[in-house]
Amino acid sequence: MAGEDKPEYWRWPESRWTNPDLDWKAGDIITAGVDVGSVSSQAAIMVDGQLFAYSNMRTGSNSPDSAVNAMDWALKDTGMTLDDINYVVGTGYGRVNVPFSNRAITEIACHARGGNFMYGPTVRTILDMGGQDCKAIRCDGRGKVEEFLMNDKCAAGTGRGMEVFADLLSVPIQDVGEMSLDIDEEPNPVSSTCVVFAKTEATGLLREGWPKEKVLAAYCSAMAHRVVTLLERLGVEEDFAITGGIAKNRGVVKRLEDELGITTLEPRYDTQIAGAVGAALFAEALVKKQRKQAGG
Amino acid sequence: MRANYGYTDGSGEWYITIDTNKCDGCRACEEVCPEGCFAIEVDDYDDEVAMVTEDQRKKIKYSCGPCKPVGKEHVEPCHEACPHGAIEHSW
Repeated sequence: MAGEDKPEYWRWPESRWTNPDLDWKAGDIITAGVDVGSVSSQAAIMVDGQLFAYSNMRTGSNSPDSAVNAMDWALKDTGMTLDDINYVVGTGYGRVNVPFSNRAITEIACHARGGNFMYGPTVRTILDMGGQDCKAIRCDGRGKVEEFLMNDKCAAGTGRGMEVFADLLSVPIQDVGEMSLDIDEEPNPVSSTCVVFAKTEATGLLREGWPKEKVLAAYCSAMAHRVVTLLERLGVEEDFAITGGIAKNRGVVKRLEDELGITTLEPRYDTQIAGAVGAALFAEALVKKQRKQAGG
Repeated sequence: MRANYGYTDGSGEWYITIDTNKCDGCRACEEVCPEGCFAIEVDDYDDEVAMVTEDQRKKIKYSCGPCKPVGKEHVEPCHEACPHGAIEHSW
């Protein structure tokens, strides 16, 4: 009986979208990108370089299944099938496990290209805050990577860490960001972003009588500070944008902006689909290249 | 492209940097690294260049870290081997 009705606070809303104004049957090149991340998976379908449909869902324990599920969901009710798609690029942590992909490309290159599409060609610095790691990327006006930074860190200070905190404090994950800003005075950040250590520290703070808002503030602050060091090493050139799930968390984004003294571009799409969109764009370029070679 | 692969240990955050624009894929680093950190592979833009292999990235603390100089003497075999100075470390 115990725990049976406990809501899953960590569970973020899965989503899908289809472009109502686009007739895919009139399209020439149809491509797809599938981003199998450690926490979430996305599929994006593009028709002649325009976004036609996407899905964003949780990654299961099996990468190939997650890729298939994400793709099926994106295709749902569109009348399109996998056979209609000319080229599929797999990306993300599970990119080599996408059964129907024609090629695998790293998420670094895909986030740069996807970020360029989603935020426009003025974006120079992209921070991908994913489920289990963060990457800082600098790219040119065409979305090509000029420099990137990644490290060996684990789930510390990333999407998965935030899920753990949402659950610990019984706060729905979508509310974490706003709630962490509802404080009188900014507390010191928790001393470690390691999920295990931070959780222990947070339990102690709650026992001391800290309200949930303040504990969340301390964690969001630690998470922001951790990526600041990554970004400072790269050097932030504006415009600056954040991709990945944490981009939806105002508590982290605002603290990051304050610490760096910059503003982030306002997202126009679901920030989690950047990798899949980039992969679909790579796929489109590869089809064009193939055709050119075949024709020439 | 400048590729920075990092790790964190008790003494700080460290990065190994490969400048793929300077790399001509000669394999000198691949041969000289005692831990096999490098491989020449086709990157996302179809260039054949040096990179830290996927399975090494999560453990360079243990493979790349031991070459971090103690004192003033630098002995990184990859730096010496690369004819184009494409490999650097942040230490």
